[in-house]
Amino acid sequence: MKSNAETIKKIETHIPGFDFISNSGLPEGRTTLVSGTSGSGKTIFAAQFLAEGIKNVHQNGVFVTFEESPQDIRRNMYTFGWDISQWEQKGQWAFVDASPNPENDAIVTGEFDMGALLARIEHAVNKVQAKRIVLDSIGAIFSQFENAAIVRKELFRIAVAVKKMQVTALMTSERTEEYGEIARFGVEEFVSDNVIIIRNVLEEEKRRRTIEILKFRGASHRKGEWPFSIMPDEGIIVIPLSAIELKQKSSNVRITSGCNELDKMCGGGFFRDSIILVSGATGNGKTLMVTEFTAGGVKNGERCLLFAFEESQDQLFRNATGWGYDFEEMEKKGQLKVVCLYPETAGLEDHLINIKAQIEDFKPNRLALDSLSALERVSTIKGFREFVIGLTSFIKHQEIAGLFTATTPTLLGGTSVTEAHISTITDSIILLRYVEILGEMRRGITVLKMRGSMHDKEIREFAIDGEGMHIKEPFRNISGILSGNAVYIKTGELERLNGLFKE
Amino acid sequence: MNKIILKLYVTGKTLRTQKAIANLEAICKNELGMEYELTVVDVLERPQLAENEKILATPTLIRELPPPVRRIIGDLSDKEKVLIGLDLQKLTCEE
Repeated sequence: MKSNAETIKKIETHIPGFDFISNSGLPEGRTTLVSGTSGSGKTIFAAQFLAEGIKNVHQNGVFVTFEESPQDIRRNMYTFGWDISQWEQKGQWAFVDASPNPENDAIVTGEFDMGALLARIEHAVNKVQAKRIVLDSIGAIFSQFENAAIVRKELFRIAVAVKKMQVTALMTSERTEEYGEIARFGVEEFVSDNVIIIRNVLEEEKRRRTIEILKFRGASHRKGEWPFSIMPDEGIIVIPLSAIELKQKSSNVRITSGCNELDKMCGGGFFRDSIILVSGATGNGKTLMVTEFTAGGVKNGERCLLFAFEESQDQLFRNATGWGYDFEEMEKKGQLKVVCLYPETAGLEDHLINIKAQIEDFKPNRLALDSLSALERVSTIKGFREFVIGLTSFIKHQEIAGLFTATTPTLLGGTSVTEAHISTITDSIILLRYVEILGEMRRGITVLKMRGSMHDKEIREFAIDGEGMHIKEPFRNISGILSGNAVYIKTGELERLNGLFKE
Repeated sequence: MNKIILKLYVTGKTLRTQKAIANLEAICKNELGMEYELTVVDVLERPQLAENEKILATPTLIRELPPPVRRIIGDLSDKEKVLIGLDLQKLTCEE
């Protein structure tokens, strides 16, 4: 039988998302190494560990800095909303300044130890009754002393002493490669029980930040690299994408698509908590479907959130007016919120965090995003897939309806990359396609997939006019629309075929 | 003006501490040739002083006066190096 005294307790860091991937925090009373290349966010992670402790659980902290001056750290961390000076005044945060001071260049003669540093750390821990301590970054101390052997020995001594202080410690250290040795001096990993690696990898000219827990001695954690983002006013946010479980409920309540004929095609409307993908070539009516979906929700008293990545607010409102919907009025009443963003303004992780925050803030009943394909170009394929999975599972957890659009690269037929990643997650797929008939471009719509419901299997023609979308008869005498090679079958031939078996 | 003020920061009463104090006292007596004031600070007893001076290693010898401030780290076993570190030649020349 396991005794409670033997199991390793953890303390929640309260760094968003990190407690999830670490199975609820850092092992208590132990030392964790955070290793990363220059600019990977080590100091932020370390400072946030202390800041969240003070903010959330009243655990005070000591920050031992070997690299940046306390003044720089105070100033840099202020951008995340952490008022370190104020915490220092309240006795919640203490610095131990071991940063190099060029004015105090010292001559070394004979043997020495780091007794003074250790005494200062102990003093600071006692002074603020610290529960958390950070040493950032321990490799930097090597640059201050020539005798690496002594530094190595003394680091070990400090690590042992820190353990006795009954605080949870975080050491950062610099590494030179994203995928290589854990740390630069080869000593860092031996003085710590746990190793976390943060990366800032360049993939196809795009930066991608990830965090990985390499080992937790004697304690469990989730494995693999997890994307994270550094947000102003918040700090590090880890995005636990593939860990999201499919636990959401499913309802049979139907909601309108905003178009009666389409509702009929779907067997009575979309399900209330489903993800719908609308795929079509450019100018084929996707934005119109988004507009009708939004307006239809507002009409039924629902709250709608619309993310536009392709058009500006003015364009969107003008289009809606053209189809007879007054978005401005809907926004004034607080039933609609339109968020227009240019995809390139941020990485996909940042977009995801922003979208989540908007959803949590506005609490919509339905959400539309136009278009997913626009976001595809700001990321790698891997990053995009993670984004789509993260977003859809988040929406499903909220139990709201989400309508996404995807642009096909070709005018006739074809599928997009977006569909390849999202089609298995979506509950419904609606295809909008151009149909070329006798030198004329006409529009076709079909419901390809409607999870959990009967639906119309036909490809119907639709038209767009000043009142929006009108779905008409199926294309009876055309085949090969979806493959992009529409073949027209003459009416006479059809009649002849139909008449063949009549008496 | 020709008084030299020295502070020696040590950790506890270890062998290394005693060695550093003995070495320094010998240098002061035999080599300085001027009035001096020496204070030994045990960082275990007064960690705040070490914090104020941002001292990492012990023993650390600080020449506080005359300016500029000089620092020497180690047990001060190399007499020549200590004298260079204290920069006394310059002081004696100026007199």
